[in-house]
Amino acid sequence: MTTAITYSSSRPQWLKYFSFCIDHKVIGIQYIVTSFLFYLLGGALAGLVRAELATPEPDLLDPSLYNGMFTLHGTIMIFLWIVPVVTGGFGNYLVPLMIGARDMAFPRLNALAFWLTIPGGLLLIASFFVGPASTGWTAYPPLSILTEQKAGQVLWILSIIIIGTSSILAAVNFITTILKMRRPGMGLFHMPLFCWAMLATSVLALLATPVLAGALILLLFDLCFGTVFFNPAGGGNPVVYQHLFWFYSHPAVYVMILPVFGIISEILPVHARKPIFGYKAIAYSSMMICCLGLLVWAHHMFTSGTPDWLRIFFTVGTLLVAVPTGIKVFSWIATIWRGKIHFRSSMLFALGFISLFLIGGLSGVMLGSAPIDLHVHDTYFVVAHFHYVLFGGSVFGIYAGLYHWFPKITGRMYNEFWGRVHFVLTYIGFNLCFFPMHILGLQGMPRRVAQYDPQFTDLNIICSIGALILALSTIPFVVNMVYSWVQGERAGSNPWRALTLEWTTLSPPPTENWHGEPPLVTDPYAYGTQIH
Amino acid sequence: MQSIEGIELVAQEVDHHHEHPDLRVFGLLLFLVSEGMIFMGLFSAYLLYRSGYEVWPPADTEVEILLPAINTAILVSSSLVIHQADEAIKHHKMGAVRGWLLATFIMGVIFLAGQVYEYRHLEFALSTNLFGSAFYVLTGFHGFHVCIGLLIILGVLLNSLRPGAFQDKHFGIIGASIYWHFVDVIWIILFGLLYLL
Repeated sequence: MTTAITYSSSRPQWLKYFSFCIDHKVIGIQYIVTSFLFYLLGGALAGLVRAELATPEPDLLDPSLYNGMFTLHGTIMIFLWIVPVVTGGFGNYLVPLMIGARDMAFPRLNALAFWLTIPGGLLLIASFFVGPASTGWTAYPPLSILTEQKAGQVLWILSIIIIGTSSILAAVNFITTILKMRRPGMGLFHMPLFCWAMLATSVLALLATPVLAGALILLLFDLCFGTVFFNPAGGGNPVVYQHLFWFYSHPAVYVMILPVFGIISEILPVHARKPIFGYKAIAYSSMMICCLGLLVWAHHMFTSGTPDWLRIFFTVGTLLVAVPTGIKVFSWIATIWRGKIHFRSSMLFALGFISLFLIGGLSGVMLGSAPIDLHVHDTYFVVAHFHYVLFGGSVFGIYAGLYHWFPKITGRMYNEFWGRVHFVLTYIGFNLCFFPMHILGLQGMPRRVAQYDPQFTDLNIICSIGALILALSTIPFVVNMVYSWVQGERAGSNPWRALTLEWTTLSPPPTENWHGEPPLVTDPYAYGTQIH
Repeated sequence: MQSIEGIELVAQEVDHHHEHPDLRVFGLLLFLVSEGMIFMGLFSAYLLYRSGYEVWPPADTEVEILLPAINTAILVSSSLVIHQADEAIKHHKMGAVRGWLLATFIMGVIFLAGQVYEYRHLEFALSTNLFGSAFYVLTGFHGFHVCIGLLIILGVLLNSLRPGAFQDKHFGIIGASIYWHFVDVIWIILFGLLYLL
């Protein structure tokens, strides 16, 4: 039933990447490449935003255009880059291989989920040209329903609903695949930790995404059909939107980071040649983050008239999230402790991830406590925080994963020197760009405004220089990836001598993943303890 | 390992196609959990709105209860009817399956017709006030799901006319039946919220 489309040798191989192919590996690559293109677009928009902010006056861009640009930047980075690449990209490529399955549980649904993101993405880009949505990625009413850019806002909503549908279909597929398609003999606690992370992520996406869809449907009706859900003038209440929105969008940050936690848990043991420390603790902490993540949404709303008792509840809940997250960080450090560390590009990005995510996590603890949040809400401190977790966290982890699995996906080796150059540039550029924002925020610089007080100029120039370095850092990456895919050395099936199942088959793996039965691996992290 | 690769490959493919479990019911249930969460979100919003008003529904937006109560009875019974189709297919009684499905379909259409009739006779509109907005969007969104359910039932019904239909697998009937029960349960909650509470 789930045999992938097989192509006769007369047909060029690359054509399958442009077709409704149902092979999970092809779909994974489709997700990775498409979302990376969106990342470049979102990055270009960020570059323009930083160029505007290089001077205090709004001189480069018209302020309303600036609003449209940071809105599109945020929306693309979240919905078309990080979410699709970590779930659709890495999840699709790796989960079936790691659990010894031939494909996902519902291959056609899988292809459908990918092909929904294309019209979703195109609609989002189109929205920019009909009068861009200028309300930030949150689209808070009443601003979003009173906007003059109505057409752009409507397209924005439709686009997010389509991408959300794709996300829900993918979540159904992952949960079914992980729970029901494991190779016989592989128990839940024999799974690689990435699969645990994908399970937790998919549960979150399954439960939370539909609530966002509901909120957006109501918003659409307010915009187009004269309902008054979020319009105070008609008796509605805009705060209800915020509740529904954050019920999805807070878990969404875990959707964007949990798979990356999984990626890091895979990479560290391989390149430190040591067993993962605290396998069960890491697995359980993913599920704990999943549960807590659904209960802390209103910490985004401390300044929205939220009553005190609720603030206390959501402060405590938010601080609790630091516990399972801390368990992971300590387990990772214990994993590399006294290991035989190979500083390959993937490992460098993984170590970079730990250091940067730690900073982002700690500023998250600060923001999670209502008294601090009341002061720095809607300042650049918040911008610094979420870029440390989403860029320093997610994107560094994505880069780590791309380098780590590049030999498996393409069958070729990348160039290690240029990988390291990429890491150094990214690490320096990132910190230059985002660290000063903590200070700017504490000094009171508001986010989402094209113009700022001249006293903030110096730090903003540093930020913009950092952004320029970040932009340049993608060049060695792209050149390295493209050149190595075509010309790189043959990688062989297991260049890192890794123990998880995906390394037991050819690189790239054949259709249906293994010629013959996939071997049984019950301890995927037994590095240095026994001969596999 | 390499030398017996070809042999293993053949054995495996036969095995694989034979053993692949039918996970569609499991997948459908997960999907309905997700669908249910849309309604949970909307219901929570409704309750939040309601808690902000002293008089609810606000003046001039009264709803009649008789017609919707009859409609509810029809929809709830239709769940029992489609369950009969589910039972009949276990005994391979195709005629009975078609009959029960057709009956469910007709009951669903009557429900929708009743809802349209109600819409046409209400004194308030979508934009009258918050209750009007909530009433039409919630019932309309549910009605949209009823339409989807009807299309699924119609599809299964047409499919069952094929000779040799549902010989060994009958996911279509099970799936349609599960979906219809879901639509029914959502309506019961919605009816309670809008008309009784």
